[in-house]
Amino acid sequence: MADVLVSIDRTLIAALVGRVAEHVIAHADELTVLDQAIGDGDHGINMKRGFAAVMAEIDAISAQPLPGALKAAGMQMVMKVGGASGPLYGTLFMGLGKGLSDAPSRDEAVTAFGAAIEAVKARGKAQAGDKTMLDVLIPVHAAAAEGADFATLRRVASQAAEATIAMQAKRGRASFLGERSIGHMDPGARSSQLLVEAVCEVLEGAP
Amino acid sequence: MSDRVGIVIVSHSPDVARGTADMVRQMVGTEVSLAWAGGNPDGGLGTSVELIMEAIAAAWSEAGVAVLVDLGGAETNTEMAIEMLPADRQKRVVICNAPIVEGAVMAATEAWGGGSLEEVRRTAEELSPV
Repeated sequence: MADVLVSIDRTLIAALVGRVAEHVIAHADELTVLDQAIGDGDHGINMKRGFAAVMAEIDAISAQPLPGALKAAGMQMVMKVGGASGPLYGTLFMGLGKGLSDAPSRDEAVTAFGAAIEAVKARGKAQAGDKTMLDVLIPVHAAAAEGADFATLRRVASQAAEATIAMQAKRGRASFLGERSIGHMDPGARSSQLLVEAVCEVLEGAP
Repeated sequence: MSDRVGIVIVSHSPDVARGTADMVRQMVGTEVSLAWAGGNPDGGLGTSVELIMEAIAAAWSEAGVAVLVDLGGAETNTEMAIEMLPADRQKRVVICNAPIVEGAVMAATEAWGGGSLEEVRRTAEELSPV
């Protein structure tokens, strides 16, 4: 089964969710500082609350096959975050859960990721270039579709987050700042980069 | 009572949501069903999908429910809450694109007068520049 991306089992789901949560929570203060510059300063706190809620349910989440696990994690984000990032990340996770089978092939994963990004666009009424999480997710998806390895995906995510510094925000609280939003990294782009990093790190080491 | 459109107020701040609801109550008394949701799941500034769903249920009317929101996250979380309602209720909840305090008072006044869900929404949105 060379076509299968990785063999997804309970241990891997727990490792993926655990690493993503740990990585985001470890950077919560940085996300909050970024959000204080151009938003309302709650992104780190909200993401931390959301992922802490996910971790509180980790046994129930990882006991399910991949689609159910992603839906359950997404639901925790929706219900517990308390800001727009809850429905946005919740939609991303639930969208992935919708498109993936229990043991997805690489192609299937890329297609599901693309569909989940479309769902996030609809939820946030945002497009590429609006200075949002999409400005990391879209280039990472494009690179994955071209067959990039995990190291490349991480580099693409990092460069994409950096690229939001020069953008003017079109959505969210940062858009109220107009041109003054230029010169700051978008907190949602940064948190999406953290997600990509953590997922790549775990999948790289997966059997 | 349930033949009039219900009103829900969603703010990042519980104080703003409660205060807006107080102003609406003063205008329309108890004849319009009214509920508010404010604050994140920990009670701090933010909004909670769960609390919004509870508020919609509390203000439920067969004529529908009009929701007034403050800033972006409140709108996103309200849209999410609406999608999580039973299918037959989803179409009878609308978000008004209007300033929260003035919009809530105008919407409630229209609801009190017996306006339909669409009329309530339009009345609130007359306050918003097109």
